[in-house]
Amino acid sequence: MNASTDPGALDGSFRLLAQTASLGAQRTDRLFIAMLVICGLMALLLLGIVVGFAIRYREGSSADRSRPPSHANGLEAAWTIAPLIIFLVLFVWAADDSVQGALVPADALPVNVVAKQWMWKLEHPSGRQEINELHVPLGRPVVLVMASQDVIHSFFVPAFRAKQDVLPGRYTRLWFTASELGEYRMLCAEYCGAQHSAMIGRVVVMTPADYARWLADGPRGTTTAAQLGAALYERLACAGCHDPASSVHAPPLAGLYGRDVSLADGSHVVADENYLREAIVSPRRHLPAGYAAQMPSYAAQLSGDDLLALVAYLRSMPREELRR
Amino acid sequence: MSYLCDGHSLRSWLLTTDHKRIAILYALAITAFFFVGGAAATMIRLELTTPAGDLVSDDAYNKLFTAHGVIMVWLFLIPSIPSVIGNFVLPLMIGARDLAFPRLNLLSWYLYMAGGLIVLAALALGGVDTGWTFYTPYSTMFSNSFVSLTLFGIFVTGLSSIATGINFIVTVHALRVPGLGWFRLPLFVWAHYATSIILVLATPVLAITLLLVAAERLFQIGVFDPAHGGDPLLFQHLFWFYSHPAVYIMVLPAMGVVSEIIPCFARKRIFGYRFMAYAILAIASVGFLVWGHHMFVSGQSPTANLLFSLLSFLVAVPSAIKVFNWTATLYKGSIRFDAPMLYALGFVGLFTIGGLTGLFLASIALDVHLTDTYFVVAHFHYIMVGGSVMAFFAGLHFWWPKVVGKHYPERLGRAAAVLVFFGFNLTFFPQYLLGVAGMPRRYHAYPPEFQVLNVLSSAGASILAVGYLLPLLYLGWSLRHGRPSGANPWGATGLEWQTASPPPTHNFEQPPEAPQDVYGYTPEIGARFGR
Repeated sequence: MNASTDPGALDGSFRLLAQTASLGAQRTDRLFIAMLVICGLMALLLLGIVVGFAIRYREGSSADRSRPPSHANGLEAAWTIAPLIIFLVLFVWAADDSVQGALVPADALPVNVVAKQWMWKLEHPSGRQEINELHVPLGRPVVLVMASQDVIHSFFVPAFRAKQDVLPGRYTRLWFTASELGEYRMLCAEYCGAQHSAMIGRVVVMTPADYARWLADGPRGTTTAAQLGAALYERLACAGCHDPASSVHAPPLAGLYGRDVSLADGSHVVADENYLREAIVSPRRHLPAGYAAQMPSYAAQLSGDDLLALVAYLRSMPREELRR
Repeated sequence: MSYLCDGHSLRSWLLTTDHKRIAILYALAITAFFFVGGAAATMIRLELTTPAGDLVSDDAYNKLFTAHGVIMVWLFLIPSIPSVIGNFVLPLMIGARDLAFPRLNLLSWYLYMAGGLIVLAALALGGVDTGWTFYTPYSTMFSNSFVSLTLFGIFVTGLSSIATGINFIVTVHALRVPGLGWFRLPLFVWAHYATSIILVLATPVLAITLLLVAAERLFQIGVFDPAHGGDPLLFQHLFWFYSHPAVYIMVLPAMGVVSEIIPCFARKRIFGYRFMAYAILAIASVGFLVWGHHMFVSGQSPTANLLFSLLSFLVAVPSAIKVFNWTATLYKGSIRFDAPMLYALGFVGLFTIGGLTGLFLASIALDVHLTDTYFVVAHFHYIMVGGSVMAFFAGLHFWWPKVVGKHYPERLGRAAAVLVFFGFNLTFFPQYLLGVAGMPRRYHAYPPEFQVLNVLSSAGASILAVGYLLPLLYLGWSLRHGRPSGANPWGATGLEWQTASPPPTHNFEQPPEAPQDVYGYTPEIGARFGR
């Protein structure tokens, strides 16, 4: 079932630079090697000078010690400015890499991740769920939409050079494009309690065809998060106000996800998972422009799980419903 | 009469207001805590020799690394150089009879002891499992260990830090011997002055933060826990606003120590004195603005990440300036390699490696991969152990003859310095490689591919342990059997060497005159002071 062509990743053999299995990882490694060369040269140069001086000017040696300098402003300026320039170049390089990595491609495959002491629960858009394993297709951007049910965790795949803390009460995202078939370690990198070091699993990178087959073949979770969310949407009668046909003037929700929203206080936000969550928990603080502050907070009615499900449902609502 | 002979009763020690005796009290206490923290480290390294978590339970392991961190940071490193060496030497260096507030100094020791004993009590009752960083909401809502008691202990030691900081600041301003201007002060004094300012400005933030954690834990006030309407990242901002400057609390005094020792043993004036002084101030001030580099993957905004990354690169510049100036001090010197100098040169090397690897962590894209791995563990141990602890031992050997009036055995001193240097590198260099390969920190059990490097690291730790135990033995031996050292065994130029060893209770028999030149070393003097 597993489309692993490289059994080497998890065979327990050590590699200094964990193998690179994502497009971003290759970019990170170029920077790492540049940094290693620059810092290595600086360290060796300094070591050479210190050892050279220590030998040449050891007590009792016949080296020339006439007119020892006590300061040299030109030299001070030089060794202030030279490192400054090197550091700024490195900063710009690293910053550029991180800015490039921050933009999630629009076509990225969303996978929901819920972290809790001490396991990872993942759900693919089709509803297939897995625990402590993540199957992804080769060559397609995947974005993990992550939340924690308890403490802070951190999703870490060394082979992807990718890591992102997973927080309670807030969504974080991590995206990557796997570039090598195989299996890779998936680790929790933020200390989260007794079994922190047992909160590990594997990422399986498959060909797109294998991934499609895996999605179709596997056991399906009884209900997806979005289905649970739809049920909550019914139970709480959200449509009573938010349905376009409703007599109450409330913002329509279908197709809202990902759109730019003008707020009553004049600011703009993108309606991402965090906005949707906040708007349910404290609606008055995130009031869209043109609507009255009439929605109560639903924080008390919804557990953490419920909120995750409801947001998943809102995210999945197709735009068509808007016109229905 | 020397300060050591001025009263032999326990009372004359426990109620002393003599800065030199208080320094000794601190020295005894931090030595005890150092070995308790070291025992926890020993257990950690033993556990990590095998991939399976088989020596202690996961819970016990988590309590061990928490105890190690809490004890080493707050009960050893932060008070080590300032409260022991600074306390003893700083008034002597500026020709003062004591610190500005001698009784506050004693109170500061009692606060430190009270805090330390509270922390030990929390460990004895069952320990803490949050890590020394106390991240929320784990520490506030999830941990079933003695979090509040430990926090209270740290809070009390914080009061001690603030008291010491205020005392040093006032002393440097008010008690310099007439004629000793700011730019004639030893760099050791500059470093302690800057450190004191950080202590006074940053420690209250830690104190408030710890109180908030305790309040949320005890009364469910929603500050950090999102389930109660709080924000867990707020804790990280507050914690690192103290804890990053705290790195400079640990390393600036170390730089001060090394800046005294290198000129003395190179028989040469410190190179670029003014730049060295300015660099200390630059590190102390920019160091307050870089805390967010601990949070690049925390969910902090990308804009904030960029800013903190830039500032973190900038704070490396004054550190680089200091390393270059120490190196240039060696040029045309007449260098002796006694134990203090070996430790000081070791400091320069290890601090450089620690600093350069800090650049990796300041780079956002690399930090994403390296943060919370063993790379970070290696990096801060190079700064705090390779840097601060090496400098502490350098200073301990350098001023030992001044403190007790006896020489330590030089050969053993050099052997221990070399042992510590190699043991340290064998312990911590493999941890860089582990981090690059992706091993997360705080792992009780780990994947098998990481075993070889972990075994190397544990082997290094056993060498390091011998290196740290040796001075305890031969320094103790020298108290009774050491050769009398005389007032100025190193031919050093600082004011503290112009009085007897050990110094009289009031430091100077006659009021000293301001030295014309605290770094007035020449190679010729070196030829005269040899043993």
